[in-house]
Amino acid sequence: MDAGLLTLLKIFLSAAFVDNIILARYIGLCPYIGMSSSVANSLGMGMAVTFVMVLASLVTWVLWNFILVPLHLEYLRIMVFILVIATLVQLVEIILKKNLPNLYRAMGIYLPLITTNCAILAVTFFGVDYGYGPLQVAIYSIGVALGFTVALLLLAGIREKLQFSKVPGFWKGYPIVFISTCLLALVFVGFKGLIK
Amino acid sequence: MGIALPGIVVGVLGLLFGLMLGWFAKKFAVEVNPLAQRIEEILPGANCGACGYPGCSGLAKAIALGNAPVNACPVGGARVWLEISKLVGASVSEIKPQRALLLCQGGRGTAQEFAEYHGIEDCRAVAVLGLSPKACPFGCLGYGTCERVCPFGAIVIDKEEKLPVIDWQKCTGCGKCVRECPRNVLGLVSQEDQVVVACTSLQGAKEVRAVCKKGCIKCQLCVRTCPVGAISFKEGRIVIDHEKCTLCGACVEKCPTKCIVFVSRSKCVAFSDLKSIGEPTGVKG
Repeated sequence: MDAGLLTLLKIFLSAAFVDNIILARYIGLCPYIGMSSSVANSLGMGMAVTFVMVLASLVTWVLWNFILVPLHLEYLRIMVFILVIATLVQLVEIILKKNLPNLYRAMGIYLPLITTNCAILAVTFFGVDYGYGPLQVAIYSIGVALGFTVALLLLAGIREKLQFSKVPGFWKGYPIVFISTCLLALVFVGFKGLIK
Repeated sequence: MGIALPGIVVGVLGLLFGLMLGWFAKKFAVEVNPLAQRIEEILPGANCGACGYPGCSGLAKAIALGNAPVNACPVGGARVWLEISKLVGASVSEIKPQRALLLCQGGRGTAQEFAEYHGIEDCRAVAVLGLSPKACPFGCLGYGTCERVCPFGAIVIDKEEKLPVIDWQKCTGCGKCVRECPRNVLGLVSQEDQVVVACTSLQGAKEVRAVCKKGCIKCQLCVRTCPVGAISFKEGRIVIDHEKCTLCGACVEKCPTKCIVFVSRSKCVAFSDLKSIGEPTGVKG
């Protein structure tokens, strides 16, 4: 296989599975726990996060490489990147409200909460830290977003089953959710040897 | 000069993004029901959720569509309801403003305490323990959860008695304290003059006598005293039928433990007389 293509595949797979943003890096746990109560909700959240994550990492990549680095303003990146993410989330909200009002209502408060989703900020940081090119950043962020969505869907499926199982009283609610997350994370350790 | 460059960069970026958002907001503008918008302007904007909708805008939409009554906002009070009803053309006849009331008189010195609590100063935390420093298992714990959840600052814990005092001038009847109280000793009552049993205990005479001077001992003297038969004894509790009650005050006088109380001389029920609203007498729990 072509070397460039192979690198892209590696970036994608490692972003999605080996370094899964939630189950291997433990970033973005709040929307993960908050939105994983049903498969339908988590799918909507996954799609919204994918959209914002990919666009945000591309826009921040441009800003980083053509404005912040040439002007030696690297220390401003938290502020500038958050600005980009917040704007994008607002944009998604406006577009959803107009074109997909049903999804907009289903997302409710979680749509604006993407603004403070640390996973998205982390992806924009990693994207510039790893020194990726524009195409690589795009592939990387798609991979992370896919990994996020997969993790969300896995937990949502488990939680839907959990509702019908006998859970000891002191584990009911969030404790058993975190324990399930922990077991899922152990499963994802198995991906560590996937890429050399 | 060190600050100029970053200032300009962030400023220009912010302006750029802001303009872009503004343009998009115009381009993708969703038509809002103008009636809902005007109703939202009237609503208090506390976004407290007491109406059952996520926020004031949700309620405004529901009222505009006719899915919610004009008096759905408990916080707004009669003035807001009247204005909304003028806007949508519905009647306000069934509106009754409510206020929170403490249904327990077992303060320090009245109710017996058998332990000293050292822990998180929060009634919910104490209730989770399943034990209480107060000997009565129904009484007010007095650690001020209601004081902290009240969005309007209407509740203050009395230092000496360790009981909440509710200021009816500030109370809007949103019911937040009623929902948060782990002991269910707070209730919503209509703002009219009325007679209320200020004790929620379900225990028998012997147990109540042992722990509280002002607890209901279920002697049912009030049931026999009431000249119009408005008081009955149902499921271990004294129940007062406010429809029948004539406010004669005979039960309040006869009650041996003084747990039937007369609530306020507020003069704020008639909706024709809106000027007097907001001047009810404060009720001390």
